[in-house]
Amino acid sequence: MARVILHSDMNSFYASVEQMLTPSLRDRAVAVCGSRETRHGIVLAKSIPAKKAGVKTGMAIWQARECCRDLTIVPPQYDQYLKYSRLAHKIYLRYTDRMEPYGMDECWLDLTGCRLDPVKTANEIRRTMKAELGLTVSVGVSFNKIFAKLGSDMKKPDAVTVITPENFRDLIWPLPASDILYCGPATARKLAGYGVHTIGDIARTPPETMRKWLGVNGLALWSYAAGTDSSRVMTDGYEAPVKSIGHGVTCVSDLLDDTEVWHVLLELSQDVGHRLRINGFLAGGVQVMLRDNDLSFREYQAKLAIPTRSAKEIAEKCFSLFQENYAWQTKVRALCVRAISLVSENIPVQQTLFDDPLKREKQDKLEGAIDELRRRFGDRAVYNACLSGDIKVHEIGAQKVTMPGMMYA
Amino acid sequence: MPRKVYVEVIVRVSKEGKNLPVSVIWEDGQRYEIDRLKEVRYAAASKAGGTGIRYTVMVRGKEAHIFEDDGRWFVEAE
Repeated sequence: MARVILHSDMNSFYASVEQMLTPSLRDRAVAVCGSRETRHGIVLAKSIPAKKAGVKTGMAIWQARECCRDLTIVPPQYDQYLKYSRLAHKIYLRYTDRMEPYGMDECWLDLTGCRLDPVKTANEIRRTMKAELGLTVSVGVSFNKIFAKLGSDMKKPDAVTVITPENFRDLIWPLPASDILYCGPATARKLAGYGVHTIGDIARTPPETMRKWLGVNGLALWSYAAGTDSSRVMTDGYEAPVKSIGHGVTCVSDLLDDTEVWHVLLELSQDVGHRLRINGFLAGGVQVMLRDNDLSFREYQAKLAIPTRSAKEIAEKCFSLFQENYAWQTKVRALCVRAISLVSENIPVQQTLFDDPLKREKQDKLEGAIDELRRRFGDRAVYNACLSGDIKVHEIGAQKVTMPGMMYA
Repeated sequence: MPRKVYVEVIVRVSKEGKNLPVSVIWEDGQRYEIDRLKEVRYAAASKAGGTGIRYTVMVRGKEAHIFEDDGRWFVEAE
């Protein structure tokens, strides 16, 4: 039986929420930008007039101002975006519990077997959003997740697009290959090298050839393009299994030497260790990612001899990776620490002669006690002396959002 | 430009836990009795901005909207 999948995309979400909250911003060129003081000064979202003037997401504030002289810049209000994202989810849940958010502003809904007219329902959702939340959505209606998502991109704002088994060749296949989910710039470049430029080109390439070029991802891309993708819409509340736990930050000013990097790594590791503990994991390896002053990106990773959740050990491993690999050609702008190869905390661990398990257990208890103190009395109740004073980190809380993730078979 | 005016509201809570506004106290302290509650639904306050649970009420023979958002009440004033 053909499935009925909707993809609803809230149009220029951050900017629309700002305009809805402050009517004087309506019909104006508005850009929501990060704060310049903490060096997050880029465009996060823009209103339709700003987009028309050439403002793009990711631009620096000065570039955006150059495109659009009368641009109004507003700071982000994440609590409001979360609130309206949750309210939108509540509206979707009136129709189905098979609702899978993709980031804060997008959502898939599976209406298969719901005895609802798909197009009528899509229009009803669109009208309800406007009446109850004052926000507009574009909805794609199709028989799989990929085409539903592509459909929601076709007509904006406040519109419904239907992609059927009859019309997808005309509507979807002429689109550039890079429009399809998981075909990033690198994949698109590779495909272009083989003369594959559109989604239709992908679909017309034999699947075996796609596999030769891109491995299993090639096969997945082919099935996305050919309309044979059968990935599920997950049920509301589904949480993907945790594969890694990371925490990163863009520093208030560039880091100049090893000591400053050590401080930031230690600070980030505290949070990673804490979250490993809450989720019942040990890290089998660590990864440290950094962005230098030229905005180029590096990533180093290593296995740990014994899985751990100790902030100190994680920080030390990251720091030694950093020291071995980074030659200080330029200053460091942003750092991220990530625990990878996670294993359950209950898994038996092979001991070695050159390790002191008792000491390890003591250290773990000590860090557990510190964690408990922080929970009860705040994050700054107990902390490393070297982290007092300015460590060039402007604390930003982790956001509770379902990030765009993977597709489920 | 319509303004968003936060107001004091006297609310009766029914046995079922429903909020029924009884009267609204305006900025200047003037008290307006609500004669009748016509409709309750979630809605955008399109004139003054924001959203909330919208109570359509009759006050002194005229229809008016009062919004409840995160525990605070507001009206759209001209």
